[in-house]
Amino acid sequence: MMGEARVEDYLALLKPSVMQLVVFTAVVGLVVAPGTINPIIAVISVLCIAIGAGGSAALNMWFDSDIDAIMSRTANRPIPSGRVSREEALVFGMVLSLFSVALLGLATNWVAGGLLAFTIFFYAVIYTMWLKRRTPQNIVIGGAAGAFPPIVGWAAVTGTVSLESVVLFLIIFLWTPPHFWALALYKQSDYGAAGVPMMPNVVGNASTKRQIFTYTVLLALSAMLPTVLGFAGLAYTSVAVITGGAFMLYAWRLLRTDDDVAMRKTARSLFNYSLSYLFIVFFAFMTDNLLTRFAGFGG
Amino acid sequence: MSAPDEIRHVEIEAPEVAAARAKVRRRRSIALAIALALFAMTFYALTIIKMGPALFDRAL
Repeated sequence: MMGEARVEDYLALLKPSVMQLVVFTAVVGLVVAPGTINPIIAVISVLCIAIGAGGSAALNMWFDSDIDAIMSRTANRPIPSGRVSREEALVFGMVLSLFSVALLGLATNWVAGGLLAFTIFFYAVIYTMWLKRRTPQNIVIGGAAGAFPPIVGWAAVTGTVSLESVVLFLIIFLWTPPHFWALALYKQSDYGAAGVPMMPNVVGNASTKRQIFTYTVLLALSAMLPTVLGFAGLAYTSVAVITGGAFMLYAWRLLRTDDDVAMRKTARSLFNYSLSYLFIVFFAFMTDNLLTRFAGFGG
Repeated sequence: MSAPDEIRHVEIEAPEVAAARAKVRRRRSIALAIALALFAMTFYALTIIKMGPALFDRAL
């Protein structure tokens, strides 16, 4: 049934799996921020951030429908499969983006609203339209878009951007390259066919694996910043050390694996682990913060 | 004698396809109605929270 999009197709345009991570990290930013926020306004804020992320995802799918049709991972998305037209996706994405920014600005403050607008612009324009097809550094710079949600959550409560929220940003920013390059290592034929210059297609596997390891070390070090700067306690520090060490071990194993089949398998393991890593580290940071603030367990 | 072009190319939809299409449209309309209702409720709640008791503090 051409042109008869189901409700599920519109939901798929929002990239719900990516949205989970956005929502979770935004919630952490919102919860750990000093100050208070009305619980209903907090829920509305998270909803706005989620819808903003969904809107930018729809704009991404609108622009990338040509390359999505080529890659096996994305060929069944609503636009390349013909269930939703490009125009519908564009209007859907624009409406969601505008309403989410306006509502967040009205509900909380215009620093948070402005940051959400910038995040959407960064993902849809800077990453999707400009960087993605031009440079192998696409996901390094574009990764900033995925790193903004905790800053937006923090700003929704405080109306400012401060060091703590920037550290949360930095952790996600440095997490993005190993995460996406691991995916690119075992899906590189897909990216190559679509002409997307992902790192393995441009500089080769060996260099990509070295860069993954370097970013993983930087990530593990950045995850120690909350402890070094004095806004995380022992509970978080223990989790950050263990999970960061495990991440480096995965990256090291990948670096030492030369056989193509084994390398793809190790890259997939690293990709899966990286998803758990971010959830665990952010959950630990939030729990540690709540323990310190409300149960008196100081670091 | 052949039929005019605009008549000749009309495709008649099978009843089951038409029914499926109508079902999809109905579900989409319900989802849109729910989204609009939630949006209105959000603004209502936001107004009450933001303005609080001051909302009712006016001359009658």
